[in-house]
Amino acid sequence: MLKFAFRRFLGMIPMLLLISIVIFTLARLMPGDSFSGEIDPTNTNPEYIAEMREKLGYNDPLPQQYFRWITNFIQGDFGKSTRFKISVSEVIKERLPNTLLLGFTSILITYVLAFLMGMYAGRKPYTLGDNLIGTFNYLGLSIPSFVAGVFAIYFFSYKLGWFPSNGSIGIGMKEGTIEYWLSRFHHVILPAFVLAFLNIASYTQFLRNDIIENSRKDFVRTARAKGTPESKIYNVHILRNSIIPLVTFLGFDLVSIISGAIITETIFTYPGLGQLFLQSVGTRDYPVLMTLTMLFSLITLIGNLVADILYGVVDPRIRLD
Amino acid sequence: MSVKNSFKEEILLEVKNLQTAFEIDGTYYNAVDNVSFKVKPGQIVGVVGESGCGKSVMSLSIMQLLPKGIGKVKSGEIIFDGFHLENMSESQMNKIRGKDVSMIFQEPMTSLNPVFTIGYQLQEVLFNHMKISKKEARQKSIALLKSVGISRPEKIVDEYPHQLSGGMRQRVMIAIAIACQPKLLIADEPTTALDVTVQAQILELLKKIQKVNDMAIILITHDLGVVAEMCDEVMVMYAGKIVERTNVDSLFYNPKHPYTSLLLGAIPKMDQEEERLSSIQGMVPSLINMPTSGCRFANRCPMAMPECSTTTPLLAENEEGHEVACLQYETSKPREEVR
Repeated sequence: MLKFAFRRFLGMIPMLLLISIVIFTLARLMPGDSFSGEIDPTNTNPEYIAEMREKLGYNDPLPQQYFRWITNFIQGDFGKSTRFKISVSEVIKERLPNTLLLGFTSILITYVLAFLMGMYAGRKPYTLGDNLIGTFNYLGLSIPSFVAGVFAIYFFSYKLGWFPSNGSIGIGMKEGTIEYWLSRFHHVILPAFVLAFLNIASYTQFLRNDIIENSRKDFVRTARAKGTPESKIYNVHILRNSIIPLVTFLGFDLVSIISGAIITETIFTYPGLGQLFLQSVGTRDYPVLMTLTMLFSLITLIGNLVADILYGVVDPRIRLD
Repeated sequence: MSVKNSFKEEILLEVKNLQTAFEIDGTYYNAVDNVSFKVKPGQIVGVVGESGCGKSVMSLSIMQLLPKGIGKVKSGEIIFDGFHLENMSESQMNKIRGKDVSMIFQEPMTSLNPVFTIGYQLQEVLFNHMKISKKEARQKSIALLKSVGISRPEKIVDEYPHQLSGGMRQRVMIAIAIACQPKLLIADEPTTALDVTVQAQILELLKKIQKVNDMAIILITHDLGVVAEMCDEVMVMYAGKIVERTNVDSLFYNPKHPYTSLLLGAIPKMDQEEERLSSIQGMVPSLINMPTSGCRFANRCPMAMPECSTTTPLLAENEEGHEVACLQYETSKPREEVR
């Protein structure tokens, strides 16, 4: 398994290089550069802009620009954000904890609810409870997150006042105190639920269908013939088989924890990486944009690797070597 | 025990007028229709018949393992060791299944859970029915594996089903079935999915265990060779009904029902050169197309008489210990006419 993981890690290097070329090219293909968003063209001397462009290397041939960027990037210098005027790593470091908190909370909600509902629905298919869960899930699948987000803000923040509608922390909180963490948690719950809403639906239905399928297998009959109680058959024999396909989702989840949720974060003005990503597209903040994209690519590759390794852990029939 | 054994006609399992039905489009159709039989302790009873005759459904009915919501025992009694199984709740059944009655299935390849070790699946049945420590359970499972003829049991116990061959898996299934020394083992075509050399080994093993544990076996098969080798008594089933029941010798030397004769005739003979193997024409009627009156075999029977399609024959003793349901025999005619 270690050998397998190491080999896969090595295989990621050429992949990442290829991705970096694509990212760089795409970024440069976008019309305009950081000046077109930041500087008022009617008020600034065009000669000055041209001079700055030359100085920052925007006029160099593309391969040269690419090599300059990638050399620095590998050495850990991600450049300076043209918008925040501080280094990209600092910008990301500032946002990352928010995104991680949101991601983990939402995944936690997803898993707990999806497993509870999926196991119930799979054990008692075609009953009232199963149909109710199914209805809830199809709602979750068909309502886009921006609609769900707006509704959630309207009902739970505006009407009921249970949760704050924006931000990640109350004003004037001191870092490290219990109130500080409670406030952060209070802020994260609503966006986390909205984010989980869609995932819960697909997880639940997937788990339900897999449980129904597995409950018809021969080994279930064997377990019954052994005198194993029904609850153990479902919670151990069937569930253990039904989580195997769910591992694929786990790889994607890892990505979504880090990459954040662009739409949900924007609606809740939650200062995470997703919101940062969208803003940096708007302001043509290439260093941030490219670094984030590289980061997301890396996480995706790692997520897939983790899923592959986990397959070997949960399914003894799959051997990794 | 000794007091119990002194009764000559001791009955381990008695099935009376069992009717098991399956729901198809809202209507229940009987897959097993009015089946009655008895099994004595330590006896091997064979059940033979073509596919779709209700052999497996009958055995699943005894175990109360019919697929939920689709099949159910409609009427009749299943009395095992004095208990009425047909009235038992799921949790009461769980105390009996695996302990007093166990079952092995046709498909060893899929009958074991692929994600648990052999040891886990073996120990589960021990934990279900005995107060036993983990260490003891492990030792016992290794001993059980050894007793079913698995070499290197200490290693196999930690392996997964996919690492074993079909024959090995069936041995594991047998080990699970005999773990709690049941009084009755139902073997539903235990050798069908295995190749011939392994078949013989498995049957040999079953025979050996039967002798050692003195347990009764209901052996379901469509291989008459297996019946000849293993069984004391044989029941021939056709379309959900028992058509003939007798001891194994008179079945082979004196078959009374035409269906039995045809089944025996379909055994390929090694000493004769035959161009074509003989077969019984037609098929077992499906549940929906089952004839409602008369003998169910009538339309395939070479000896059918006009009344065969209108009068339902009774299963009745024709000679001592030999029951048959065919209108050729006076005993099978409905009672009113006999009188």
